[in-house]
Amino acid sequence: MAEKKGKKKDPKEWRIDIDAERCKGCGFCVEFCPKGTLAMSDDFNSKGYHPPMVANPDSCTYCDMCEMVCPEFAIWQASDVQKKDTHIADDLVRMDRMPHIWCPGCGIGTVVNCFVEALHEAGLDLDKTQIVSGIGCTGRVAGYVDLDSYHTTHGRAIPFATGLALGAPDQKVVVISGDGDLTAIGGNHFFHAARRNADMTVICVNNFTYGMTGGQVTPTAPQKSIAITTPYGAFDRPFNIPFIADSCGANFVARWTTYHVRHLQRAIKTALLTPGFSLVEAISPCPTLYGRRNKLGDGLDLMKFYKEKSVRFKKDQHTTADAEIGFQDQIMVGNFVNRENPSLLNAMDSSLKDKLGDKYVQWPIPG
Amino acid sequence: MKKVLMGNHAASWGAKLSRVRMIAAYPITPQTHIVEELSEMCSDGRLDAKFLKVESEHSAMASVIASETTGVRSFTASSSNGLALMHEMLHWAAGARLPIVMVNVNRALAPGWNIWADQGDSLAQRDTGWIQIYVEDNQEVLDSVIQGYRIAEQVNLPVMVCYDAFFLSHTYEPVDIPDQESVDSWLPSFEPDNFLDPENPKAYYGLVMPDNYMEMRYRLQQAHEAAKRVVSEVGNSFGNHFGRPYDLVETIHCDDAETVLITSSSATSPARLVVDKLRDAGRKIGLLKMRVFRPFPTEIVQEILGNKKTAIVIDRNCSWGKGGIFADEIKGAINNLSNRPMVYSFIAGLGGRGITPDLIEDIVKQVENSESPATSSEWIGLKPFN
Repeated sequence: MAEKKGKKKDPKEWRIDIDAERCKGCGFCVEFCPKGTLAMSDDFNSKGYHPPMVANPDSCTYCDMCEMVCPEFAIWQASDVQKKDTHIADDLVRMDRMPHIWCPGCGIGTVVNCFVEALHEAGLDLDKTQIVSGIGCTGRVAGYVDLDSYHTTHGRAIPFATGLALGAPDQKVVVISGDGDLTAIGGNHFFHAARRNADMTVICVNNFTYGMTGGQVTPTAPQKSIAITTPYGAFDRPFNIPFIADSCGANFVARWTTYHVRHLQRAIKTALLTPGFSLVEAISPCPTLYGRRNKLGDGLDLMKFYKEKSVRFKKDQHTTADAEIGFQDQIMVGNFVNRENPSLLNAMDSSLKDKLGDKYVQWPIPG
Repeated sequence: MKKVLMGNHAASWGAKLSRVRMIAAYPITPQTHIVEELSEMCSDGRLDAKFLKVESEHSAMASVIASETTGVRSFTASSSNGLALMHEMLHWAAGARLPIVMVNVNRALAPGWNIWADQGDSLAQRDTGWIQIYVEDNQEVLDSVIQGYRIAEQVNLPVMVCYDAFFLSHTYEPVDIPDQESVDSWLPSFEPDNFLDPENPKAYYGLVMPDNYMEMRYRLQQAHEAAKRVVSEVGNSFGNHFGRPYDLVETIHCDDAETVLITSSSATSPARLVVDKLRDAGRKIGLLKMRVFRPFPTEIVQEILGNKKTAIVIDRNCSWGKGGIFADEIKGAINNLSNRPMVYSFIAGLGGRGITPDLIEDIVKQVENSESPATSSEWIGLKPFN
């Protein structure tokens, strides 16, 4: 379904389709378009948002940036010749559930796009791909994807995924959850899964707040940042998620923001193909509860903030310890770690094989 | 001072007026406003307390257990799966005889995920040793938190104040907020006999061998027996001081009633309307509001229901494999009476479905048209399904 990347597209074959009803007017597509093809229209959709319009069709190179960045799955490149007439997420997201609950300018939908595209590119068997999430705004991903999915209890996505990966070792297990879920109530499990290199990919959408419950402070919130439970600023030191995963021995560790859609997508693809524990932290805007309280503006302002504040990780100059995020300060992004420690399943297998020799039968018995 | 408050803010005010010194909590819908308001009060100096936003409900209860052990009046709040996650520490709080007060906003347990009213969360904690109070309106929320500390500190038992998600937690009602001076003159400061004190070193929470454990637990049960009297006394004293008396239960038109409707929490309000309406139509019906569930007010229930013809219990909960929990406890309480009513048990309103006056009236009609109760609880308001 996905057309070949990098190949120039014939503009005569392609057009931009917009589902105005899905749009929440965040403006990501207009701002991200490198050619100035799009503009916000003066029309209203039934929810009262201004959807975008194709203002300069001739300028479009059909690069798919608008499609990738749109958190509402509302704009896409279409071609009758290439038989593409839906958004890339259409076949893996339950569009009958749209519009989703995420606010205008929230980046979770953008992360979903990157994940979906990465899943396609990784060539995984979708019938053997399991999505596990915990609780919170990001926890809703499990309910929206059109894959086998589990919406587990608060904090318990990773232990659930660990059991799933051990019980059904032929499955690819992906955890998609938020910073509050994975590093606060589920923090303990996070360390242990990384330590063991439990066989899973974890996509941690970090928006520095508990969105679903109204914006309480999370363990990733930078010091001095305002939350409803820290009205005069957070005072405790935040977690540096890549540093933790690295120090525990995880095989793949990356952090990108929703501004870096291509990098994020590629990092997720690499993570999906890496045996053992792989972690991708996706810094994502929460304009309603984090951006507003911390005077960072709306979703689009936060995207610009990520652009300005992002610093590339350089292996010869930095370690993951440098990836700590200060208040309104730089955000270090990059693929930090790529190593080949044995995964939990492999370690378990080889240890038992050593001990039991020919008597060892791998459990569960394949087939 | 009268203010229009949501139930959650009534709870925060109750904690503030009780001069709690330590609050640890983790956010969960529909409890969040309680601790948000308290964190604000702590941050701007209106409340001299330490507020800690911990990493889970289990840690929240562990933290307040520790702070209460040091002799500091402590508070937390949770709901549903959050309360379930606290379970281990709930046993600890009661076993350690710590007078913690917490608020639980009654919300359905998952799966399926549901954030609406259901008593299954706190009733699943009935054997943890906590006093449980089920309240009907926002004024009672505030009043019960303040009473909670006085009860808890007299009997050395933790108190859980429970109210229905959204019907109370997010609903605004006029609430009379007493003056701080008035509360201070009624609720003494917390001065426990035993607390962690470097001047007087003690070891806490060690191993108890079989030769002492049973006596220790017997005293926990005795404390609950004593709490029945204390809850009544405190409720009465609260009434004398603030003008709003409370007790283990509340009765409406029960004296000459032949049929007694039994409810708890916010379902009591529509039941009041139904009982008034049926009384006007000449029916001998009364209403028993079960306010305190632990300790279970066995004696009072026996007194009220002895010689009645019919009791109708409406439960917004279910003990899976048995039935409505209040109904079951009531049956147990009256079992040894020679004259006892038939007990009809109904389950309604799970997961936030409304328990409306019409529904309650339908239940009463159904009972009037039946010869004897079914052996198991009847579910009301189910829609057709395959």
